[in-house]
Amino acid sequence: MTLAPALPREAAAPAPAAARTARRRAALHWVAVHALAIAAALFFLLPFVFLFLTSVMTDHQALTSDLWPTHWQWSNFSKVWHTPGFLTWWRNTLLYAAAGTALTVVSSLPVAYALAKFRFRGRNLALMAVVSMMMLPPQVTIIPMYLFWAKQLHLTGSLWPLIVPMAFGDAFSIFLLRQFLLTIPREYLEAARIDGCGELRTLLRVVLPMARPAVAAVALFQFFYCWNDYFGPQIYASENPGAWTLSYGLESFKSAHHTNWNLTMAATLLVMAPVIVLFFFAQRAFIEGVTLTGVKG
Amino acid sequence: MALVSSPVPPALRAKRRREAARTLAFLSPWLIGFGVFFLYPLVSTAYFSFMHYDGFRAPTFSGLRNWEYVLTTYPSFWTGLGNTLWLVVVMVGLRVVFGLGIGMLITKVKSGAGFFRTAFYLPYLAPPVAATMAFAFLLNPGTGPVNHLLGELGLPQPGWFNDPAWSKPALTLLAVWGIGDLMVIFMAALLDVPKEQYEAAQLDGASAFQRFRYVTLPNISPIVMFAVVTGVIQTMQYYTQAIVAGKVASGVIGGSGQQFEPGYPSGSTWTLPQMVYNLAFHQSDYGSACVVAVVLFALSMAFTSLLLRRRSGFLAED
Repeated sequence: MTLAPALPREAAAPAPAAARTARRRAALHWVAVHALAIAAALFFLLPFVFLFLTSVMTDHQALTSDLWPTHWQWSNFSKVWHTPGFLTWWRNTLLYAAAGTALTVVSSLPVAYALAKFRFRGRNLALMAVVSMMMLPPQVTIIPMYLFWAKQLHLTGSLWPLIVPMAFGDAFSIFLLRQFLLTIPREYLEAARIDGCGELRTLLRVVLPMARPAVAAVALFQFFYCWNDYFGPQIYASENPGAWTLSYGLESFKSAHHTNWNLTMAATLLVMAPVIVLFFFAQRAFIEGVTLTGVKG
Repeated sequence: MALVSSPVPPALRAKRRREAARTLAFLSPWLIGFGVFFLYPLVSTAYFSFMHYDGFRAPTFSGLRNWEYVLTTYPSFWTGLGNTLWLVVVMVGLRVVFGLGIGMLITKVKSGAGFFRTAFYLPYLAPPVAATMAFAFLLNPGTGPVNHLLGELGLPQPGWFNDPAWSKPALTLLAVWGIGDLMVIFMAALLDVPKEQYEAAQLDGASAFQRFRYVTLPNISPIVMFAVVTGVIQTMQYYTQAIVAGKVASGVIGGSGQQFEPGYPSGSTWTLPQMVYNLAFHQSDYGSACVVAVVLFALSMAFTSLLLRRRSGFLAED
């Protein structure tokens, strides 16, 4: 996505005096816009700065209202890293996010393709069902689901109840992929069919390469969703600390170090870091994906 | 369409059957998911809302008793509904207005646009638990940098997450901080507004406000509608931030032995989804929890149906 090129504010003016006023107005406008943008940037970025500054303070200084660390105690980060459990949470989160993302993409793509390109009775109904599922608060269905995993399958206290459902299509991913697949012209699919491709071959050989940006966006969203998920691990994994994820463990970290804002903020930054690094690598796919969810004007 | 009277030739019938089988095959992962993770639990939730069930003894039919308990006796239901509505109105309203403002700002920035766009977007990525803990620190009344700065400026220093009057505004501030998603959606919509319309308005001598009112707004109104409806639905599910903020601010978190007061402070952050969790998993009253779940379901579906209206263009084909 690109921003609009800078437009000349005013057309070439006939009189030099008018041109000067116009130029002055354009300059004022420039200053006002950028002053506002800097103020907004401070609002968005300062919290990160304060977080970071506190995370390298000594235990003693973190209890004061000082803003700037007198002694930069970098060891806070290794201390957090070596807290019992932290590595387990890290590994569980990665497992949940990686497996969840892979399963979601594989199970959602064919569904999205069918909804975008096949003609069949009940297609609109199916689409509405997808949207309803997408909008459903997870708390609405949590009680039967919990009872199902706990009393029938005895699998609570593990990551299974979080990962397995992702093998059955995720409504948001299906919807986003469908929005993108609609934009692929029918001619490509017909050409593939004439060449003797079956539907599955068409999907994998023709559609998938064209849909790569949408697939990347869906994968990123799902990875972030799993990484950030708090409610799921709280319900299904909380009874067994060996199955905790970072989002859930971070909270208990605070209780163990409840007077140490410095260590808590270091842990907070360590949970934020992977997501932010991933964003910088995949910025474009991500922003395209967000735009796609907003659909069309 | 073929002439109706002639019977369908066998070859065509076979082709149709093949196509139906193919469609079914492609849809199958989702069809199973829809049944197991949507329809079944929905029906089951509705069923349990009429049952007494504590998670151990077999459920027994209790008629409308759970409903009566939640709606009349259970003291926190109306508080929770009120908080949820407060968040729906104020949080969604401010997020949409602020998101549109930031979206407009970013389309006007000419120097360092890439930097500003990333800066505005970044907070949206912060994992909710981490972001909430960060804000609980930034806004803590004792040593937090925000109150420190407010004090330096001679301004009042609110109790934020520790003051019932300020806890929801503090959560709103956190939600406005993570505005990146709306900014991107509005930015894309604003860049799609035809340039000629602005030029024509300018020739007609329209002021900046009039250009916004009569050119920008009508062009982006579907996106505003989308942002409002999805915002309302997300706010119905508001859970993680409220619960983490309450726990951190009250100093009771995880297994520290003390009982966490839900909705701390004074029930001001108590919302419907927390009620489902608390009734079921802390009070072992699964029946009443299901009543709240049914209410939550009805509210979200009402708003979803707004989104699915033909006019909103949400399901448009091309």
